Amino acid sequence: MSKPEIRVSLARIFRVFAVIGVTSFGGGIVAYLRRALVEEEKWLDEDGFMAALEISQTLPGLNATNMSVIVGRKLRGPWGAVVATLGMILPGALIVTALGFAYAALQHNPKVASVLAGVAAAAVGLLVQVTIKIGWRHLLRPKDLAFVVAVFVLVGILHVSLLVTLLTLAPIAVWLNRPGEPKESA
Amino acid sequence: MSKIISLINNFAMLSLLAVGGGTAVLPEMKHDVVDQHRWLTDTQFAEIYSLGQLAPGPNMTCVALIGYEVSGVAGLVAVLAAFFFPACLLCYFASQMWDAAEGSPWRAAVQRGMAPVVVGLMLAGCYALGKTASYNPSRDWEFNLLTLGIGVVVAGVLGLTRINPALVILAGGLAGYCLLG
Repeated sequence: MSKPEIRVSLARIFRVFAVIGVTSFGGGIVAYLRRALVEEEKWLDEDGFMAALEISQTLPGLNATNMSVIVGRKLRGPWGAVVATLGMILPGALIVTALGFAYAALQHNPKVASVLAGVAAAAVGLLVQVTIKIGWRHLLRPKDLAFVVAVFVLVGILHVSLLVTLLTLAPIAVWLNRPGEPKESA
Repeated sequence: MSKIISLINNFAMLSLLAVGGGTAVLPEMKHDVVDQHRWLTDTQFAEIYSLGQLAPGPNMTCVALIGYEVSGVAGLVAVLAAFFFPACLLCYFASQMWDAAEGSPWRAAVQRGMAPVVVGLMLAGCYALGKTASYNPSRDWEFNLLTLGIGVVVAGVLGLTRINPALVILAGGLAGYCLLG
């Protein structure tokens, strides 16, 4: 990732990320990030963006906040990371809080309960679609499918703790894909 | 106060375990919040998650509402901080190391190996939410048929078109208002 030639102000970093945080309805924040960071601000080139995204997806934490930390750090070090992350989280957190106050006041109203039941049913549809979109390639490969099923059963059905599951399966999964092995899951 | 500490412990742990995004910790979060601590009911959890889909920004900011339901404003602030800060801190330092490992074949091995694990976690998240929101044994079969139908239609529409998901979620709410009353 190339360093920007001009020093970007912290206020500008905050503003750019807050605009993403407040306009990115419906998930899919990656598309909003790409437009703002690569096309509009030109803080990253296409390769730099993909590299940052790769790290974000591999490390724990949300993609959106990890991207904020990484890009903020590249631009202005620790303070850049702090303001970018706050810009990303705060607008959505405030809006969801306002929704939550309305929810707390209205949750026993039967009409509101029907609306929320519809929203929740739709949210499951969204989650399933995103999972299929990301995961279908892995469902077709026996070695990957074994891990998908093992994780699903351990965490989803048996409620084995996520920490234990990850500490057990992640090293095996990485080892089976270790460098030099035939890259059938590449 | 002990509730706040308990919230912080839970959500800080979830923060560090959220490989592949917030959805991956959904089943574990639901298990902690609903089954173990009994802070929320199944339905409240599904509804709070749904509210997160209606707000802009990262979906998982809805964890703020779990904190609010459990311990008011202090709980809200505690959960937000606990859920976002540890992972961000880890990301800050790990991304420096990751940059240093540029070109290492192990980087690709980590990515290839973890991808199916993340998919398994996402599936578990679908199942954890779906058990309440799509097929709920405490409701009658007509209600369940409608909620399952809404989910199938939403997944189909999103798979076939490029419509903004927030609009489809709102349409789900409208369908709920008209059909599930």
